[in-house]
Amino acid sequence: MSSRKLSIRAQVLLWTAQRASAAVLAVCVIVHLITIIYAVRNGLSAAEILGRTRGNVAWAAFYALFVAAVVVHAPIGLRNILSETFGWRGAGCDIAVMAIALTLAMWGFRAVFAVFL
Amino acid sequence: MKSDFRARAHPAYWAFVVHRASGVLLALFLPLHFWALGQALSGEEKLESFLRWSDQPLVKFAETALVLLLAAHMTGGLRLLALEFLAWRDWQLSLLAAAAGVSIVAGLAFLLNVV
Repeated sequence: MSSRKLSIRAQVLLWTAQRASAAVLAVCVIVHLITIIYAVRNGLSAAEILGRTRGNVAWAAFYALFVAAVVVHAPIGLRNILSETFGWRGAGCDIAVMAIALTLAMWGFRAVFAVFL
Repeated sequence: MKSDFRARAHPAYWAFVVHRASGVLLALFLPLHFWALGQALSGEEKLESFLRWSDQPLVKFAETALVLLLAAHMTGGLRLLALEFLAWRDWQLSLLAAAAGVSIVAGLAFLLNVV
């Protein structure tokens, strides 16, 4: 058992954030799946991908929202698995999960920036 | 309360396992995906050379598995949201079948387009 337990309020916040981000992700994933299934039909090329995304504010905003929702959703899900399946709870687990969130945010927004530039 | 073998024989248990396993695998894949797209920062040619590497049959097979995992995680998540917020508990098995069906359709659509 950990020496530090999350307050009920914090647990409710995590639960709500997980569901709210899931609802956003459901829409993002449907759009993403349709886009990739369409995009690969004649083989992928960098010119084709960048032709669609470079300078396109709408796609950049969409993928920025996608990354933001992932940054919320994935670490909370991993935290649940780490605590429920592997019994890892407490500050160590929370710090590891925060590090995962920061890494995903950094790399994710970098990727959005890379295909928008 | 400890769950017994009957709980694990229920299709909902397997939906739970698929949702968690696909979530972990997608989380592991994401940094690689972001790194690959980030290649565009070094120019279009770098991204193009990565995409040509990804033309290998084994990579396409892995990509198909990822599309299947993404679709399965999304449909499994929608199933959970429906159960929690719409109280569609009588539809448990129908939701499971729909989630599995949509995932397989997405995986096949990708596979047929990518090969």
